[in-house]
Amino acid sequence: MDQILVDITLILDSTVRLAVPLILASLAGLYSERSGIIDIGLEGKLLAGAFAAAAMSAVTGSAWLGLLAGVGAALVFSGIHGLASINFKGNQTISGVALNFLAAGLTTFLGQSWFRRGGYTPQLSGDQRFNPITLPFAEELRDVPVLGQIYGELISGHNIITYVAFIAVPVTAWVLFRSRFGLRLRAVGENPKAIDTAGISVTRLRYQALIITAVLVGIGGAYLSIAQSAGFNNNMSAGRGYIALAALIFAKWRPGPALLVCLMFGFLDAIQFRIQGQSFPFIGEVPVQAIQALPYILTVVLLAGFIGRAVAPKAAGVPYTKER
Amino acid sequence: MTPLPRWADVVLLPLLNVTLAFLVGGLIVLSVGQNPLQAVGIMLYGAFGYGSGFGYTLYYTTDFIFAGLAVSLAYHAGLFNIGPEGQAYVGGLGVILIGLALNGMHWALVFPLMIICGAMFGAAWAFIPGYLQAKRGSHVVITTIMFNFIAVSMMGFIISRILKPEGVNSDESAPLEAITRVPQLRGFIELFRNSPVNLTFFLAIAALFFVYWLIWRTKFGYSVRALGNNPVAANYAGISNQKMIMIIMALAGAFAAMVAVNNVGGVQGRLILNFVNGAGFVGIAVAFMGKGHPIGVGLSALLFGMLYQGGQELAFQMPGITREMIVTIQALVILFTGAMGDMMRGPLSRMFFQPDAAAGDK
Repeated sequence: MDQILVDITLILDSTVRLAVPLILASLAGLYSERSGIIDIGLEGKLLAGAFAAAAMSAVTGSAWLGLLAGVGAALVFSGIHGLASINFKGNQTISGVALNFLAAGLTTFLGQSWFRRGGYTPQLSGDQRFNPITLPFAEELRDVPVLGQIYGELISGHNIITYVAFIAVPVTAWVLFRSRFGLRLRAVGENPKAIDTAGISVTRLRYQALIITAVLVGIGGAYLSIAQSAGFNNNMSAGRGYIALAALIFAKWRPGPALLVCLMFGFLDAIQFRIQGQSFPFIGEVPVQAIQALPYILTVVLLAGFIGRAVAPKAAGVPYTKER
Repeated sequence: MTPLPRWADVVLLPLLNVTLAFLVGGLIVLSVGQNPLQAVGIMLYGAFGYGSGFGYTLYYTTDFIFAGLAVSLAYHAGLFNIGPEGQAYVGGLGVILIGLALNGMHWALVFPLMIICGAMFGAAWAFIPGYLQAKRGSHVVITTIMFNFIAVSMMGFIISRILKPEGVNSDESAPLEAITRVPQLRGFIELFRNSPVNLTFFLAIAALFFVYWLIWRTKFGYSVRALGNNPVAANYAGISNQKMIMIIMALAGAFAAMVAVNNVGGVQGRLILNFVNGAGFVGIAVAFMGKGHPIGVGLSALLFGMLYQGGQELAFQMPGITREMIVTIQALVILFTGAMGDMMRGPLSRMFFQPDAAAGDK
């Protein structure tokens, strides 16, 4: 009995760890897409953020400066995206794709030029990383059955970014559905002309959304390299930006469901290696690859409208041109 | 805004954008304390300076022509196909299956069958996103991205669990016999020694002509372009948009699968994990840079072939620069020719139509 509880907490614990970058990137994409800017470039920003955070942290020895650099890198990428898709009215999808390649190329190139370790940044330790925080009473409650286990292992003992990610969900929900900014944000993604007519700048609003996007996804990137791992390695985002995008679509661009979907995708990731080689009743052995592909397959099925319908913000992908 | 003269629109603007991309690339190289001109020199030598280097350049060019056409074809119909990477990967399954079935037979028989069988697999893989776009309205950009990932998992399973022969350690299929493989040009042309360029290169050149004919000289091509320019008008003109979307996506997948003929049939002679290795993604840059026209696609594929082969040389000669610089250039090319393609249009247009200065000269 105890062993099962320990097992379950362990799996849930790694579910949380694996879901954090997805949650942050998903919420990031939510702001951007709700404002009418499609963001295929989440993957690139995540990667750029991870690299900048690790590089800065390695050089300065401070995880906080690393975090700042991660956000900074994501801001630069968001800026380029904004320039292409808001000012030059270019194709947002193409711009996002370009940014993904830009991140993949630049992080490896700069990493090799600066550190000469084949794309790795130096190993980080101590204050160069965000270390686990033990919440109050975790030690005292350790002996309480079930509750102590859950509180001590699952809720306590994560790094600060994890808590930030989970707090960001209700905050986003509040901003989006309860604040004036959120109302405008949703409106500009559905009908920018109405916003313009009301005397609010579409350009300004969309740039504001892109800035929030960059901050969140930059934190997500920093999580990958200086919280979850101890340094950057090549292509370490490994498609998480795309999974986050899939989660966003799956959640129909809403923060609460996005959290649940990200946790589900994190869970799939967490059980991947546990089920390898194990046989299940009725289905037999489930190949690892099937679990890996599941988030993508589910998203395609959802997009096809077989299980509900995912309708994107109406103005997403359309550059806004003011009438003359 | 006044429209530009045709030659400026077709030649000058893209050239300007590409130059801009390379300038920014040069600045990045400069920023890490390396000499970009020296880098260009080394790349040119690596790509064209000696026989096997040139052979490699043409081998990469072959891949990029097919991938570029796969993106271009769909783009003519207004669809952004990000999936050539996965379509080529799945196409590899078709190529190896027919190759293994006829293993030991002469390539002259197997080569055409590899083309057909590979094309069918690639087309099927691209048809699904096409179908979902046409019938269910799911956006082809997202579905092709998802299908790239699904292809990686599916092919990983097929290669490691089904095709891998007993007693082999690495994840790969059984090899094709030498006589069954697509012959490499070094067998005929001494210049190409040690390089993998093979007969598929000529198939790529033929594909360029074929696509020109198909898009600009047939009724089908007219329908494709009509759909791409104005879906509503196309529909009124009696074109079935749904049918066209599915056909063009399948066709794009078939072209992408030729990357597999080049690699699985002509180079490795077996199906290995991730053999496409990013070639499908290069196709995106190639298509935008070449503006979807076969001449443009051919030239930009050659440019990227040069970059990839020259980049290899670069990594040997200048340790401070990695081959990933090429991915950066690729990104900048997509950014400047694809996403910000019209950035220079305004200034250029003003330059051409300066009201009084130009008139005063006459």
